[in-house]
Amino acid sequence: MEKTRPLWANPLQFVFACISYAVGLGNVWRFPYLCQMYGGGSFLVPYIIMLIVEGMPLLYLELAVGQRMRQGSIGAWRTISPYLSGVGIASVVVSFFLSMYYNVINAWAFWYLFHSFQDPLPWSVCPLNGNHTGYDEECEKASSTQYFWYRKTLNISPSLQENGGVQWEPALCLLLAWLVVYLCILRGTESTGKVVYFTASLPYCVLIIYLIRGLTLHGATNGLMYMFTPKMEQLANPKAWVNAATQIFFSLGLGFGSLIAFASYNEPSNNCQKHAIIVSLINSFTSIFASIVTFSIYGFKATFNYENCLKKVTLLLTNTFDLEDGFLTASNLEQVKGYLASAYPSKYSEVFPHIKNCSLESELDTAVQGTGLAFIVYTEAIKNMEVSQLWSVLYFFMLLMLGIGSMLGNTAAILTPLTDSKIISSHLPKEAISGLVCLVNCAIGMVFTMEAGNYWFDIFNDYAATLSLLLIVLVETIAVCYVYGLRRFESDLKAMTGRAVSWYWKVMWAGVSPLLIVSLFVFYLSDYILTGTLKYQAWDASQGHLLREQQKMFNSTMNCSADF
Amino acid sequence: MAKADLSAAWIFFFLTLPCVFHPERMLWLLFFLVTAIHAELCQPGAANAFKVRLSIRTALGNKAYAWDTSEEYLFKAMVAFSMRKVPNREATEISHVLLCNVTQRVSFWFVVTDPSKNHTLPAVEVQTAIRMNKNRINGAFFLNDQTLEFLKIPSTLAPPMDPSVPIWIIIFGVIFCIVIVAITLLILSGIRQRRRKNKEPSEVDDAEDKCENMNTIENGIPCDPLDMKGGHINDAFMTEDERLTPL
Repeated sequence: MEKTRPLWANPLQFVFACISYAVGLGNVWRFPYLCQMYGGGSFLVPYIIMLIVEGMPLLYLELAVGQRMRQGSIGAWRTISPYLSGVGIASVVVSFFLSMYYNVINAWAFWYLFHSFQDPLPWSVCPLNGNHTGYDEECEKASSTQYFWYRKTLNISPSLQENGGVQWEPALCLLLAWLVVYLCILRGTESTGKVVYFTASLPYCVLIIYLIRGLTLHGATNGLMYMFTPKMEQLANPKAWVNAATQIFFSLGLGFGSLIAFASYNEPSNNCQKHAIIVSLINSFTSIFASIVTFSIYGFKATFNYENCLKKVTLLLTNTFDLEDGFLTASNLEQVKGYLASAYPSKYSEVFPHIKNCSLESELDTAVQGTGLAFIVYTEAIKNMEVSQLWSVLYFFMLLMLGIGSMLGNTAAILTPLTDSKIISSHLPKEAISGLVCLVNCAIGMVFTMEAGNYWFDIFNDYAATLSLLLIVLVETIAVCYVYGLRRFESDLKAMTGRAVSWYWKVMWAGVSPLLIVSLFVFYLSDYILTGTLKYQAWDASQGHLLREQQKMFNSTMNCSADF
Repeated sequence: MAKADLSAAWIFFFLTLPCVFHPERMLWLLFFLVTAIHAELCQPGAANAFKVRLSIRTALGNKAYAWDTSEEYLFKAMVAFSMRKVPNREATEISHVLLCNVTQRVSFWFVVTDPSKNHTLPAVEVQTAIRMNKNRINGAFFLNDQTLEFLKIPSTLAPPMDPSVPIWIIIFGVIFCIVIVAITLLILSGIRQRRRKNKEPSEVDDAEDKCENMNTIENGIPCDPLDMKGGHINDAFMTEDERLTPL
């Protein structure tokens, strides 16, 4: 008797799985950056337009294909056309690349989570130097949060060539991360279906708590006002539109085969159109929601640093001129500076180079994305809050939930075709296949725990999946519309779900979305070609900041897959 | 400049010696000499002198006390106390500690002299004494290392608490064990389920012929539930007896 295909216990599990997969770290650490770079509130205009024109149609397409073919990506595309089975294989390979390096982020989140149970938080104080008379030099030059990230967590080497050895601490955390992922996918949809209830809903709980905390922080409104003030002239900047399209595209996780895999476990009569709209709306809403939290945290951090800077200047002037303690405040600083400059010109000119110009705008202007935002900027803000251990635990727990949710989708994309294939599943049980996949990924992932591991991570993050995904989705759309036939697909869907496909979807699938993807593809390809040598940012321990030198990778305009 | 002061004083003394051989005036002269010498020992930048800086308002806010001569006396007492802890200096008195150049900040310079009041004690000794007793001195003034600064005497920073087993390893170990146990349980229960399923078909196979030739999957629903073996009795189809109402 033939084994039946496992199904989701109820449609809610499917929706939660899709949300859990789509809502990932990129919503938290990429979207706020884009919002800040491309005009604050006005970035929402291209974002929402792209969502409606590109995101929803492509998501519906993938879910419909999965639900109709009821197989993983390889089987599904082979059914559409035997010549197109390569698309499925490409999806599996890209998913494999992604899962190799993505779980390292979960490992780092575990590391920080375990270190959050200390008082004081280890990234809030610098360690002492050898003879206990001062702080460690590297930590003094950089900040304590940067030091903890670059030295204690990564133990980063000065360049990509110097590989160093595997660090046992991150390696242990990576092992744990893979074990947790294995635990969640062990039983297929049975276990995944239960886990996604948590991975989808818990991040929202934490975000709401953080929203309330963030909005009540001192200086939060500075950040919110600065970021959300729309700069309408950015609408004319083509980069804003390109980045909006890219963000929507990668944020939904199209082209990996995960959505096809999830949808293949659906009942055939499931209304995937409704679910596609719901998932894409929730994904975008989460991005906006997370950016409100992020901006209030930015505002708090910037205000804190600005006030610290003022305090330092005040102390310097008070000590140099032996003014009465408490006489110099933020409000009379400028006046007194003028008076001192005129009354004691020689002494003032001596001390003048050391007086920093404190500016709130320049603190707010530091736009950060990616791991820098999550592990440096946020931790810096957290260490200044009261009961910082609690906030730290909550925050990294949320990062873990987001990361593991996305990993479940990635591994589903790899495992579903493998378990569908008769050859493999007749020899090995499902648990063994999952175990093998996790083991191989974990072993390769040890590369990212070496001293130069973060540079490898940057390379993979920037280049592993970008162009491939654009190409895959382009071929998918063309395959469904022109190879399989749009009419045939439409009648299939109508027979399956009982609902007709609206003209809007047909127009998008056949015309608009492929054109958009082609233009994105051309844009990125030309960007790569015009860039010339690739660059990356290396950490310089002697000076305590990142360098951007020759033969190191180019960071800013390349979109990053993990950022979505 | 100090030597000029001293020699001026001596010249003055000798010039006025004939007319000042008077007990009262002699006392005044002596006092003048002594303060001149003392003033010379304690000066900003003098050898073995240290600058001290207090930030009372920063530390205590509204409860800040005013810095007056009594507080200075307490300071001298604390320094003398610290010096007494150094071997060979147990005889240090409060009068051996000299303060000068008190500013509004509050900041001032101090030196510690030896019992003869002619020489200052070496800076190294004073440094060691202050470092060893910094906590007591801080406590006397309700200040801390940041608000009571001895320039040129760096305070020993308290090393962070380093437990023998880092805390993160303990938490890691706990979560690791939980995950391993959960995985083992799931795998074992999966194996057991499969073994049970493998046993069943071998018993049920003989009676299942009717299902073999049919399309075993109809609309995604397997044949199994249709099997009468584990079926329930549908009460809607009652037995024939009940249909006819009894007479």
